Amino acid sequence: MTKTRRNLILNCASLVVLFGILWLFQEYGTEYQIRILNNIAVFITLAVSYNLVNGICGQLHLGPNAFITIGAYTSALLTMSPTEKQMSFIIKPLIWPLSVIQVPFWISLIMAGTVATVFAFFISFPVFRVRGDYLAIVTLGFGEVVRVLCNALQSVTNGPLGLKGLKPYTNLWWSWSIAIFTIIVIQRLINSSWGRAMKAIRENEIAAQAMGVDPFKHLMMAFLISAFFSGVAGGLLAHLITTISPTLFTFFLTFNLLIIIVVGGLGSTTGAVIGATLFAWGGEALRVVESPMDIGPIHIPGIPGMRMVLFSVILMVVIIFARRGITGRNEFSWDWLLGKLSFGSR
Amino acid sequence: MTTKIFLQQLSNGISLGSLYGLVAIGYTMVYGILRLINFAHGDLLMVAAYTAIYGITLFSLPWYVSFPLAIIITGIIGILLDKCAYKPLRDAPRISLLISAIGASFLLENLALVIIGGVPKAFPRPEVFAKVIEIGGIRIQMLTIYTPIITLILLFGLLYIVFHTKVGKAMRAASVDFETTRLMGIDLDRIIAFTFLLGSSLAAAGGVMWAMKYPQVNPFMGVIPGLKAFIAAVLGGIGNIVGAVLGGFLLGLGEILLVAFMPEMAQYRDAFAFAILILVLLFRPTGIMGEPLVDKT
Amino acid sequence: MATLGSALFEARNLTMKFGGLVAVNNFSLRLEGGELMGLIGPNGAGKTTIFNMITGNLVPTSGNVIWQGEDITGLPPHKITAKGIARTFQNIRLFADMTVLENVMVSFHYKIKASFWHAMLGLNKYRREEERIRERSINLLREVGLAHLAGEKAGALAYGQQRRLEIARALATSPKLLLLDEPAAGMNPQETMELADFVRKIRDSFNLTIFLIEHDMKFVMGLCEWIKVLDYGNTIAEGTPEEIQNNPEVIKAYLGEPKYATG
Repeated sequence: MTKTRRNLILNCASLVVLFGILWLFQEYGTEYQIRILNNIAVFITLAVSYNLVNGICGQLHLGPNAFITIGAYTSALLTMSPTEKQMSFIIKPLIWPLSVIQVPFWISLIMAGTVATVFAFFISFPVFRVRGDYLAIVTLGFGEVVRVLCNALQSVTNGPLGLKGLKPYTNLWWSWSIAIFTIIVIQRLINSSWGRAMKAIRENEIAAQAMGVDPFKHLMMAFLISAFFSGVAGGLLAHLITTISPTLFTFFLTFNLLIIIVVGGLGSTTGAVIGATLFAWGGEALRVVESPMDIGPIHIPGIPGMRMVLFSVILMVVIIFARRGITGRNEFSWDWLLGKLSFGSR
Repeated sequence: MTTKIFLQQLSNGISLGSLYGLVAIGYTMVYGILRLINFAHGDLLMVAAYTAIYGITLFSLPWYVSFPLAIIITGIIGILLDKCAYKPLRDAPRISLLISAIGASFLLENLALVIIGGVPKAFPRPEVFAKVIEIGGIRIQMLTIYTPIITLILLFGLLYIVFHTKVGKAMRAASVDFETTRLMGIDLDRIIAFTFLLGSSLAAAGGVMWAMKYPQVNPFMGVIPGLKAFIAAVLGGIGNIVGAVLGGFLLGLGEILLVAFMPEMAQYRDAFAFAILILVLLFRPTGIMGEPLVDKT
Repeated sequence: MATLGSALFEARNLTMKFGGLVAVNNFSLRLEGGELMGLIGPNGAGKTTIFNMITGNLVPTSGNVIWQGEDITGLPPHKITAKGIARTFQNIRLFADMTVLENVMVSFHYKIKASFWHAMLGLNKYRREEERIRERSINLLREVGLAHLAGEKAGALAYGQQRRLEIARALATSPKLLLLDEPAAGMNPQETMELADFVRKIRDSFNLTIFLIEHDMKFVMGLCEWIKVLDYGNTIAEGTPEEIQNNPEVIKAYLGEPKYATG
């Protein structure tokens, strides 16, 4: 049996196991468990696509929340029925074609990704004229601009009121299928000649260009692909939370994604997946520190912000003392796992 | 629009602009030496504002003691910020340094949230600043007049330090060539600490005046002024102190006049600054007073 | 200006000013093809600036770069590489966290015929091409004597090996003209001698024209057939190694100075 064949079989088998587990949760799990599993999948999609720009291309992009917002609004506006839209838009009516269109969920997700990609295309021209700190601040600014626009363009976004009462279309099948699809696409890209060119830009842009790599073209490519999946994930989130507003996807969300990929291991898809899982799961567990507690007779009131303090400290500790995060730039492979197992059994 | 209203708006713009300028100086100085956007710089406004409040309310200090004290304490916190978040990363890839800066910013904000709480606190405005006077039919708060004056005094003081003292000379040397300065036996860590002290103190002065101008203090009050001030620094030409103040004035004036002339644009005010940033980066990345980059291949 | 016949490469009156400072003044050079040309001059004479103008990292203040009769002045570096001009860097610029093999494979990327979609769909057209790139990269590594290190991280190589990898990587872009920026910097006399042989060897086996900057006089004198001397941005002499060695201007400007360690 060749290695490729073996890996294919193992991959398929683990997918079957994964979806088997998901089915069990779907049937017997609590609503809370299902929500966390959905969150994990969405965060995997977000982190893996975010890592493409930050970890693989080495550019500190701080605006994924903008693309998530765009995706969420696009998808939501497309799945709401014309009557629902008419009832929601009480300040200003929704502009025509959007007011009458209603499409199935999956089309709305593709559109969410597409619209996010179109925005990414236009913003990439100013973004990739600069590098480093400037790139960070321009992308961050784009996130702010999108928030301002969501508030201001009431005839498209319903302004500060947001969109409510979305159908909870997002379920485990949708969220996990998309997460796995994202991982496959991004991994293929990273391991291709194009991915190699992107890493070369990260390692040394001047040298990469001297070897014939067009930095703008490749950075833009990564940026657009990343935006597409962020947009799709935004659509998933919208139909998971069922209510969206301009203040929902702020820089906070970007900060969380940054923690995920840094803790996981900047530049590693495996790291992004591990980071996303830990975050979505551990983040829920950490809610304890913000809720009121009674230890014996002592009552400790909930402390809002405590989680973020912990997250910031974790981020700084990792970046200062353990810059490689959990996985470094290594990726999971069956060779590695089987190697570990056989070593263990020896 | 009448001349009166125009003059009123003009004075508002200058006062807002000088606050941006004060904060922008810190960005520009740190960037000049470390080539780092100190993301946490804006949050020092918040630190200064809270310190000033507690000086007055908790320790019943008069404002002329509490305010300078707040400025000094914030300056020291600026040094600590460098020591904890940036110094361990001097030789690390730049992306790590930036991530650490973002982490530091969130840490400061959320520490304030945990310790003080999210409910905005009213800032006690001393009568000297709160008083409203009338000049030729225009009603102006004394603060609006004092702010640009204080800014200019601080600017000249800073320029004196940078251009006429030994430590200033070392700072300028470090901003031209970090490595060579180190090789010449100058203690760079002290120079950097001093830079943070100066930059943070100026941000603190800006923060106290900002809190008097908008007397609602909350843990996130520094975020937007911080971003705007950074844009002002880029607009003026990053690394250039006079440019930072100039950029601040231009941005402040631009914002106020935009809203004054086109009231329907008011909701786009925060986007305006970023539009400026993108335009500057597209057409004149070195800003108004910046020097062109020299070949470094 | 009419094209002047068969020159492979021509630099016409290249001038570069930074603010008030003239870094390079009226530099001209004509290469017919197959030469081994050297450029020497004291530190800060503007040698690397000339390279940067040729490779598009800097746009000259005035003057033109002509490649096979075509004006390529001001094209971005990756387009100039695609035309057939490759370079190495004075301060080594490898992709440190990528393997030695990957370092070389990057250089084949710009010529790839399969589209991005072929790669994403895993089509044969892309797979075959990727396989061919891998084979050719390994062959190239064999040629420079690094094949046994193909799987190592480039950053982990010894200094001399890193210099070789830089050259291998440049060769992988299939250049006609190769620019070497201080290839012998930091090498001991033994390594320098080996490098000279190596440069001659690749010139012949890859059918190259080589234009190099060097500090090490012995290296340049022994290797190059024609030498230009630069001082404060001006070309002060040119000729065969013997002529240069006996030129009083050169001796005054360069050879007369005490020789410092390279750097």
